[in-house]
Amino acid sequence: MARKKNMPEGITPNASHKRMVDTDWFRGLVLLLPYALMFATFILAPVMIAVGLSFTHFDVVNDPKFAGLENYLTLFTGDVVFMKYVLPNTVMYAIIVGIGGYVLSFLMAWVLAQVTPRARTLYSLAMYTPSMTGQLMVTIIFKAAFSGDQNGIVNAWLLQLRAIDQPIQWLIQPEHFMQIMIIVSLWSSMGIGFLSMLSGIMNIDQELYEAAYVDGLRNRAQEIIYITVPSMKPQMLFGAVMSIVGAFNMGWIGISLAGSNPTPEYSGQLIVNHIDDYGYLRYEMGYAAAVSVVLLCLVWICSQVANKLFTEKEEF
Amino acid sequence: MANFQGSRINPTRFSKGQIKFHAIALPLSIAMLIPIVYIINHAFKPLGELFAFPPEIFVKHPTLQNFRDLFNLGGSTGIPMSRYFFNSMIVSVFTVILNVIITIMAAYVFSKKKFAIKGALWGMNQMALMFVTTAVGVPRFIVITKMGLVNTWFAHILPLLAMPVGLFLVKQFVDGIPDALIEAAVMDGAGELTIIAKVIVPLTKPALATSIVLTFQAVWNNVETSNNFITDEAMRTFNYFASSIGTNAAMSAAGVTAAIAVIVFIPNLIIFICMQSQVMNTMSHSGIK
Repeated sequence: MARKKNMPEGITPNASHKRMVDTDWFRGLVLLLPYALMFATFILAPVMIAVGLSFTHFDVVNDPKFAGLENYLTLFTGDVVFMKYVLPNTVMYAIIVGIGGYVLSFLMAWVLAQVTPRARTLYSLAMYTPSMTGQLMVTIIFKAAFSGDQNGIVNAWLLQLRAIDQPIQWLIQPEHFMQIMIIVSLWSSMGIGFLSMLSGIMNIDQELYEAAYVDGLRNRAQEIIYITVPSMKPQMLFGAVMSIVGAFNMGWIGISLAGSNPTPEYSGQLIVNHIDDYGYLRYEMGYAAAVSVVLLCLVWICSQVANKLFTEKEEF
Repeated sequence: MANFQGSRINPTRFSKGQIKFHAIALPLSIAMLIPIVYIINHAFKPLGELFAFPPEIFVKHPTLQNFRDLFNLGGSTGIPMSRYFFNSMIVSVFTVILNVIITIMAAYVFSKKKFAIKGALWGMNQMALMFVTTAVGVPRFIVITKMGLVNTWFAHILPLLAMPVGLFLVKQFVDGIPDALIEAAVMDGAGELTIIAKVIVPLTKPALATSIVLTFQAVWNNVETSNNFITDEAMRTFNYFASSIGTNAAMSAAGVTAAIAVIVFIPNLIIFICMQSQVMNTMSHSGIK
């Protein structure tokens, strides 16, 4: 704080404002402003608007009409599709892709930490590559692979193995649709959460392990439970948050694979798709906003659980 | 130490004990790469191989025919493919540069400045790590319409400038820079912008590289903007053009869709490979404490 007086500042040449401008916090504010403005406009404001609209009926053309809790009541008591398909689908999908993908990421990171650096670089590149393919490439790859005729490579393989007699309509039959969504999502789930956990494992002090073995640690499984995970809680938390958000953000996958919204008999319908269904197809923006708010709450609850699990507690 | 058989994490040399880890990692790595190898090969297959039974992963007689078909197709939509590509380049370059500038400034403030509501603002950014963009598509549309940004470059660029994950990673890195370095620069009469340019940026290069990778992926792979906020065909991006072909083309165009997937994917891959070691360096600072 003492430095601000003897420091000639270049931010403003206007001498009359000198005293107000030449304070540490003001300069901080100026530097923070661009980020804060963008954050407020494109992240905070949309969330606020969503919360506001969720209490209204809004069809884009006419002004929003206040509706109280009606949208939420309809959502939880009157929306058969939501309760019967969307919610169970989302919960199942989030558990398998979010938690399953997270555990897989951790285990892969742990395995990769046990090999030499060059091999590790190649493996981690292979693991990470699918996560940067993006929506378009994922769609094109898996539409071709799961194509419903015998030219689809999955069908061709199964036919050759005589596991099936005739090609399966993977992307049309509801009973397979969710499985394919999950496979594809897991495939592309090893993103920066995975990289973060990998470096978390790499940075653990080797002496911790040696000390633990002296203290009677016996095998690798104990090593993971008692040393590895507790020593990298911050990275575990970052990885968890990334998995949760990743799982909820992958909602486009079903629509892309099916080529239409809703997915076949709602078999792959997730909350995100339900929002688009009401927002962009039926123009019931108030209702769509209520679903958005529920989704954001779900993500928040999941993250709080992760927080509870991995936040560093004071030892004493 | 005879008892210690524990983790030889980050071994420097190969030993027999590592074989079991390779036995897990190698097949999984191959499985992860097969879909990508498959689509790349698909892009170079002549028509006969695209529809051969049984289909093969690898191309036997590679041809550029699919790419030629693609370029011809581009001419028939009225807007030349080069225009979409040009739009994507402009949007990506500006988004990445502006994103890095505002991110480093904010990271510096959050890490090295003290002011009253800093904790609350940082908490808000932490919450925003969990932000699911697709959940608020409609409100975002309202914001962009009300601001009159529809059909402008700003609609492409501005929504992607505040990236909570990028700020988070860069800030964790700035935390590692000793205050003494900054005080020394202040003694030498450096202003804030000089400190950022001469002290902070050189020492946070890995984190900035990571932020660049993430931003580039977000902007290059983005289709929502062109779909929702842009109605003028000449203002839409390459990825939009690619998805309109990739998702609508009939089966006969399977080779063409694979070709465009490859074109869209390559810049992502190149940027990540170039920045790969910097990214790993950043990730060691990525924990949420």
